[in-house]
This record gives sequence, C-alpha cells and structure tokens, in this order.
Amino acid sequence: MAVTTDTEERAPETAGGATEPRRQKRSAANVWLGVIAWIVGIAFFFPVFWMVLTSFKQETDAYTTTPKIIFEPTLEQYEGVFSAGVGPYLVNSVIATVFSTLFVLLLGIPAAFAVSLRPVKKTQDVLFFFISTKMLPVVAVIVPIYVVVNQIGMLDNIWTLVILYTGMNLPIAVWMMRSFFLEVPGELLEQASIDGAPLWRTLREIVLPIISPGIFATALICVIFAWNEFFFAVNLTAANAGTMPVFLVGFITSEGLYWAQLSAAATLAALPVIIAGWVAQNKLVQGLSFGAVK
Amino acid sequence: MRGAARRRWQRRGRAPAVLGAVLASLALLAGCSGAGALGSAEGVETVTVAIVSNPQMEDAISLAPEFERENPGIRLRFVSLSENEARAKITASVATGGGEFDVVMVSNYETPQWAQNGWLTNLEPYMAGTPGYDRADFIPTVRDSLSFQGAMYSVPFYGESSFLMYRKDLFEQAGIQMPAQPTWPQIAEFAARLDQGEGRQRGICLRGKPGWGEVMAPLDTVINTFGGRWYDPQWRAQLTSPEVRNAVQFYVDLVRQHGQPGASQSGFSECATQFGQGQVAMWYDATSAAGTVEDPTESTVAGRIGYAPAPVVATPSSGWLYTWSLGIPQTSPRKDAAWRFMSWMTSKQYIQRAGNDPGIGWTSVPPGSRQSTYQIPQYQQVANAYAPLILQGLQRANQEQPTVQPVPYQGVQFVRIPEFQDLGTRVSQQISAAIAGQITVDEALEQSQNYAETVGESYQR
Amino acid sequence: MTTTTERPTAAPENTGGAAMIDRAEGWRRRGPLLPALVFTIIVTQIPFILTLYYSLQSWNLVRPGSQEFVWFSNYGDVFTDSQFRTVALNTVIMTLGSVLIAVVLGLLLALLLNRQFVGRGVVRTLLITPFLITPVAAALLWKTVLLDPTLGLINFVLTPFGGSGTEWISQYPLASVMAALIWQWTPFMMLLLLAGLQSMPTDQLEAARVDGASAWSTFRELTLPHLRRFIELGVVLGTIYLVNIFDQVYMMTQGGPGVASANLPFYIYQRAFLGFDIGQSAAMGVVVVILTLIAANFALRLIFKSFSGEQEAA
Repeated sequence: MAVTTDTEERAPETAGGATEPRRQKRSAANVWLGVIAWIVGIAFFFPVFWMVLTSFKQETDAYTTTPKIIFEPTLEQYEGVFSAGVGPYLVNSVIATVFSTLFVLLLGIPAAFAVSLRPVKKTQDVLFFFISTKMLPVVAVIVPIYVVVNQIGMLDNIWTLVILYTGMNLPIAVWMMRSFFLEVPGELLEQASIDGAPLWRTLREIVLPIISPGIFATALICVIFAWNEFFFAVNLTAANAGTMPVFLVGFITSEGLYWAQLSAAATLAALPVIIAGWVAQNKLVQGLSFGAVK
Repeated sequence: MRGAARRRWQRRGRAPAVLGAVLASLALLAGCSGAGALGSAEGVETVTVAIVSNPQMEDAISLAPEFERENPGIRLRFVSLSENEARAKITASVATGGGEFDVVMVSNYETPQWAQNGWLTNLEPYMAGTPGYDRADFIPTVRDSLSFQGAMYSVPFYGESSFLMYRKDLFEQAGIQMPAQPTWPQIAEFAARLDQGEGRQRGICLRGKPGWGEVMAPLDTVINTFGGRWYDPQWRAQLTSPEVRNAVQFYVDLVRQHGQPGASQSGFSECATQFGQGQVAMWYDATSAAGTVEDPTESTVAGRIGYAPAPVVATPSSGWLYTWSLGIPQTSPRKDAAWRFMSWMTSKQYIQRAGNDPGIGWTSVPPGSRQSTYQIPQYQQVANAYAPLILQGLQRANQEQPTVQPVPYQGVQFVRIPEFQDLGTRVSQQISAAIAGQITVDEALEQSQNYAETVGESYQR
Repeated sequence: MTTTTERPTAAPENTGGAAMIDRAEGWRRRGPLLPALVFTIIVTQIPFILTLYYSLQSWNLVRPGSQEFVWFSNYGDVFTDSQFRTVALNTVIMTLGSVLIAVVLGLLLALLLNRQFVGRGVVRTLLITPFLITPVAAALLWKTVLLDPTLGLINFVLTPFGGSGTEWISQYPLASVMAALIWQWTPFMMLLLLAGLQSMPTDQLEAARVDGASAWSTFRELTLPHLRRFIELGVVLGTIYLVNIFDQVYMMTQGGPGVASANLPFYIYQRAFLGFDIGQSAAMGVVVVILTLIAANFALRLIFKSFSGEQEAA
C-alpha cells in the first residue's frame, strides 16, 4: 500500500501565497455566488426569524391571513412563559445536557482511543455494536425502560435522563472521535510506547492536544442532541425533571391556538443551543475537518 | 379565553422574580448540587397533579396559589401537557403503578375502566366527609359517566356535549331559519347555500384531524344518529354496514364540498380559529367552544352566534358526552391532601371564585359539571345564549343507548373498551385520508372494518 | 508521513500483529474501551432483552391480567399487517430521501460558502441555525407558520403566482415532513462538507488550475474524492438519526392522512401508547432492529472498507 492521502491533507501551509491572484480573477463570479448564498441563507433562516418575531406579537397579530411585519411589539408572551415557571425546566435541561456530555467524553475518549490507535481484536465488531445500539427505535424500548426505571425508583429524576442521554450519544461520539484519532500520526504513539509512558499519559499529553478540536465538535453535537431530546423526557419525567422541550409542549393546547405564546416558549427553548452553536461554529468546522486543519 | 390566558399571566406578574430564581438556580447548579433540591420543607406534603393544558385548566393553575395559602401544609406541583401527551403519560403511569402523580386528569372514557381495574380510588368516602361538597349537584349524566358500580371514582372539572354554532347574521341575510331541532340533511343544505366557494367563506367547519378524540368524536355522533354502530351485540364489527357507509359518506362529502380548507388537519383549535375569524358559517363541535367564540378579544363574530342542538336523523338526540375529571391513583400515598385539592378545584366555590376573577370572568368558568352553575345570575347573564342548550345537551346525552340498534358497549362518541384509543385512532386516520381525498370512503371503511374485526374477535371468546 | 502499516486498525483485515501481543498487553490495550462498552451494554441491552421478552407476550397494559406467553404470534401479526409494510416503505423513503437531498443541498451550499464573499460568516451563521433548533419547535414552525393552508407563509408567498390554498400537509404529507427534516439536516451536511472542503490541500487545486483543468473536472477528480469520507460520515450519521425520527412526524402529521406519513417509530408509538399493546409494539421493535441491522451491516461494512482501504486521490 502506498502512502495515504493524509500526507497531502496535512500540508495546507504550502498554499498560502497562491490565493491572491486567483481571488481577483474570480471576484465577478464570486459576487454573484455571494448574492445567491445570501438569498439561500436568509431563506433558511427566515422561519426562525419569523418565530422570534411572532413571539413579540399579541395573539391577534400572530394569526392573520396577511402576515404582519409591522406591529406593536410586546413582552407579554415572555412574561407569560416566565410566570409559567420556566426556571426548573431550564435547570434540568442544563443538568441533563452538561452532565451527559461530560460522561460521554469521559467514557468515549478512552474507548475511541482503544478502537482507533491500539490494535484490539474485533475492533470492527465493537464499533458495529456501538452503532447498532442506535438502531433500536426508542419508542420500542420506552415501555421496558419505563418499567425498569420505575422498579429502581428513578422516575421523574433528572439523573435518569443524564444516564439515558449518555447512552444515546456515546455511540455516535465514539464513532466520530475514532475518525479524529485516526488522524494522529502513528510515530508519535510509537515513540510514547517505546518510552514506556503509561497509556493515560500518552493520551493526555500527546493525543488530546492534537484532536481537541475534534473532541470539541463531538461535544457540541452531543449538547445539541441532548438539549433537544424530547421523547425520553416527556415519558420519563413529571413535575421534577422536565426539560425545555417538555415545557414547550405544555404550551400546546387542544383548545385554542396561542401561537405567539408558543413562539415565545419555542424561542426560549431553542435559544441556548442556537447561541452555543453560533459561538462555536468555527470550532465545529475545524473539528469536523478531522483535525486536518490546525 | 385566549385573552383570559394573557391577562392571567399579567395578573401574576412575577416575571422578574422568576428570572432571578433562574439565575439563582443556575448559580446553585455551578456548585454541582444537582436536582432533587427541588423537594419540600418538613411537614409539607407535595401533591403532584397531571393536567391537560386546556385554557380552563390553566386558569385553575393560576388560582392554585390561593389554595396553597389556605392549606399551608400542601404544596402543589403541576404537570401540564397537551391532550395526547397527557393521556399517554397518565395511562402509562397509572397502569404500571408508576406513582408520579397524586391527582390525574382523566375523562369519562377512562374512569369506569380504571375503576374496574382497581387503579383509581373510590371517592365516595371522601365526598361524604367533605361538608358542602354537594355530590348531588353534579349533572346526573356526567356523574353516572364517572361512576363504577354506583360509586364515583373521579369528579368532574368540566363537562361538554356537542352542538351546532351558526352565524345568525349570515342566516338572516340568506333568509334561512334555523329549526329548533335541525337534521343533518337540513344542515347540508344550509352549508351549500352559505358556501361562497374556495378561498372565501365556507359553509361549515367539521373536524377532520386524525385522532379518536378529534374527527371520530363528531363523526361518531353522526354515525349513531344515521342508525350506525361500531358493533352488534355479538361484537361483530359493523363499519361496512349501509348505515355507517351513509353516515361517513355524508360527513366526508359535506366537509369536502362545503367545509373549511385544510379539513383533514383541522381539529377543535383550527375550527375555533376559522369560525372565530368569520371564515365559516357553521361549526358543529363541543359545547365548550362557546366560551371561545363569544370572547370578543379573540373572536370577530362574538355576539352574532346562534346555537342549535346537535343535528339528528334517526335518534331523538345525538350530542356527545365528555368530561375532564380528577381522580386519585391507588398508588398515591397522599390521598387526603390530593382530595383536599381536588375538592377545591371541583367545588361550587371554585366556580364563584373563577367567575369573579377579573382575569378569568364568567364566560370562562368551567361549564357542564354542576347544575348550580346554571342558576348563578352572573353566569346566566353572560351565557344566556348557549348555557341552557349545554345543560339540555348534557342531560339528554345517552351513553347507555346512543344508537338506534342495540350495542354491547357504552359511550356516545367512543366505545368504552381499552382497545378503542388505538382502534379509534386507526379508523380516524382512514377517515382523515378520505377527507383529504386520498382514498374513497369505501376503501377507508373496508380497512377500518378489518381493524374493528380484530378487536371484536377478542370479545367474542 | 503516515503510512498505513503504522496504523493497523485502519486496515482491519490486517490483524496479524494482534496475535503477538501477550495477554497483559491485550488487556492494557482493551482496558480503555471497557467502561464505555459496559455502560452501553447495561443501558441499551437490558431494555432490549426485556423488549425481546415482552415480544413473546400477549399483554395489553390497560387490561390487567391479560399478560400471557404466546410464543411468536405477535411476530405473525406484524408480518401479516399490510400497513406495517406501507409504513416500512415510508420509513425508507423518508430516511434515504431526506438524507440524500440534504447531502446534495449541503454540498452545494458548502461549495458556495467555500468562496470569498461579503458577509460569509453571517450567511454561515444563518444557515446553521435550523440544525440547532429544537425539533419539536421546528415541527411546529413548519406546520403552523409555513404550511398552514390559510395562514401559512408559503401559501402567502405563492398567492401572487396563483398557488394559494394548497393544503400541503394533507396533500403531500410525506413531502411536508421530509421538507422539515431536510431543512434541519442540510445545515449539518453543509458544515461537515465545508469542513471537508477547507481541509482540501490548496496546492493540488492550484496545480490543476495551472494545468488548465476545467472547474468541473477539478471538482469531479479532486474535490469529490477528497470529500468522500465526509459524505459517507454525513450519510451514516444522518441515516442513523433520521431512521428513528419521531418528533416531526408526531408534531406535524400524526402519521396521517391514513398512514401516508407514518414511519416505523411513529407506528410503534401508536401501538404502544394508544393501543398499549406491549407485546405487539415490542415485536415490531425487534423486527425493526433486525431489519435495520441487516441493512446497516451491508452499508456500514462497505463504508468501513472504503475508510480503511486506500483512496487514490485522482
């Protein structure tokens, strides 16, 4: 086998000087494509913008056959949402998201390390097992999970969700992080191995710094999925452990449409992750590029 | 009620305090104390209430702090979910003995079944031990629908029947006189005359959304009064009988020809918007709609609405009977505290309290539970146009014998067997597809008959 | 730099080295894997074994005392249920359709965003937002704000073109749900592929340009092969999530009209939470797992092969 393409991938610094003339040549086309990109971007974002806009409307302005852009903004819907007691739900969502993501990293990094850098028999089978656990529809196991959780007295307990979200995100995390680990130059590890350094030190001092963007990207994806998870949350929690999506659903009523208030609740439910995603998007791209961009 | 909901939040006006609490709890979180810190102080019992997030229930939640002030030993925690989630969750919890809830909101569909299963607490001793609660005041049909072997296992918060709402002004313009007891063929004729065509005002709004509590509720009353039934006394499915075919064909044709846009996705809420915005001339639905469409803050047609009993064909009456009620699961260790709250929420005093509240008002008090509500002068004053019809509809609803021919089951707009939630929903999906024009009524009913036969077989043994 | 021989796991068929490792070393190497493995087994396999057990029972949750052992009769019912097949087909269409469209759109957007233009960062920020929004909120947004026949924005926009009054959700239920899914997943694919594009070695592209290669042939012969792993990762992740999608179907269409937009998770949900037929829903769950595993076995091993096999970049 020849040298892999990784070699070329890791040499972006050689390209620095060549970009300038190209940029000028293509600037006319780029303006047009830029306009298209802007249009598409706005189109994708518009529903979200509309939701936020609606959340500042009165109910009578929210549901009109001719959509209203100009209206008298009000904070009434947010007052309503806050006085419905969003606090505990927000705290629960934060706990479920933060701790499940921490546990995923704690368990997932060593596992991804083991299945990627170190030759372990049946690596493929282990990876396949991890990913196969994602194929069981949660709806099919919700009753058994409910029964088990009930038996051990963990219903309506936020740590139940922490455990389940860890289980939910772990396979994907191992899978993603494995591809990042594969990017770590083998000789670095060989070196460490010869020096007789313990495994955890190899991991901490050599591997982690290299793949930290990848780990960050994985963590962010875990955060997104954990924060937005609805099905476990709605079925396994009651008064104490409800999360933001459950709170949101509590604003849907079968008698009457309260779209403005629902928009306010939806905006609040989505906002933390949207902000996190916006702030971290560069890191996400960096991480997802398999550590090749450093 | 939409306006009421808004005012309710304003009245409480604790937003800044809550924000502070959020920040405080997040700070607490940073110290990694974890959850469970939401527990209660010594000697205080926390009663957890699972409730359906309809406007009147939300009103009750907004008044609950008063109950807590009067009962310092009891703290309330509400789990408020929309109807589908609430029902699935409450059923799963009660059936498996999950024990998350001390008070559950159930209906007259669940109560007798669950009482028979031993899942709910017999409330007779509690009622007897509560002076002034006045069990006899509950509307008799509602009371019976929540009883098992003569004892009540849940107490009604509100009850509803079904009736026809129509725009008096449009009827006058068109020179149509609504009969005191309309029939379905008459309604179809009126709908045709008042229909101005697509994109304009349509003749009638009828539910078409899948769900046994959505399209099946009005449709079942139509089937019943057309002489149809789900099962004969030997539990043989009857969904392809000529009577059922006629009824379903009639319903589907009516809504397809003169009904609202988006019919196969409309339920109560969508029709409330359509009717309230003046986009349809008639609406056949739950009597609880009156409070919504008569509220000027959210309806442009308030004050111009006439009411008529549920249209009939071959039965003397056809209105349904439904009630949201409160029960105590057998597993609750806090039955006394739970009852204290339930008796407060379903008492005569609560109705007075809600009616006199500036944020709720008499149009939004929970109707259809107590006869005495209909003797309150203030309520009569605001609800004169429809309240007598609601009471009459509830009193005439016949859950023992809603059909022309005998049936082995009880219930007007449902079949009170455990399998019906699933069966009714599957059938409703077929009906909804027929309303959307994706399949014919015959195809929908063939498939539905298959479902119904499978369920019927298990009762033939 | 790195040759494949130094990374034996990258070539799984090359397991010869493992035989030489002694026992202790084996455990030392396997050790880091164990906590995650044990945790995953406990969290996912206990419920699954219970599901297997329940699937052999006739048990309706709302009929106490109805629980009895019935061997495989639940499975028989699953396979004779004609709707189950419709729903399975829906699941395939919904999953693969959404993933493929999202990947193609994501690729186009990534190519756009890989260029210099004014406000590129802002456009990217706008574009990724749908992926971040809570699916429950996204579904409500599509159902209410966009697709409502009288009050929705899409029909409002189409009115001048004579396209008003379309009842999207009832007439095109599967497409409506898929639109919402694609809207949410295109940004993810875009991000992933953008990451891929930005890791492209620019000297290669430059060389191709100097050689006078057309933009299309550069794309086909250089860019696409380089993006292959990223596309594969996107397809795998997208498929795994979308095959089990529930929130959108539940919130937007409830699977209707009929079962036109029902997928397997929603169908199982109905058996479990409307029918409370635990045996039946468990059997369906098991069948779904087996079917997905068979499909995934082929797909994943194919991808593993391409991941580990050599990739000749043009």
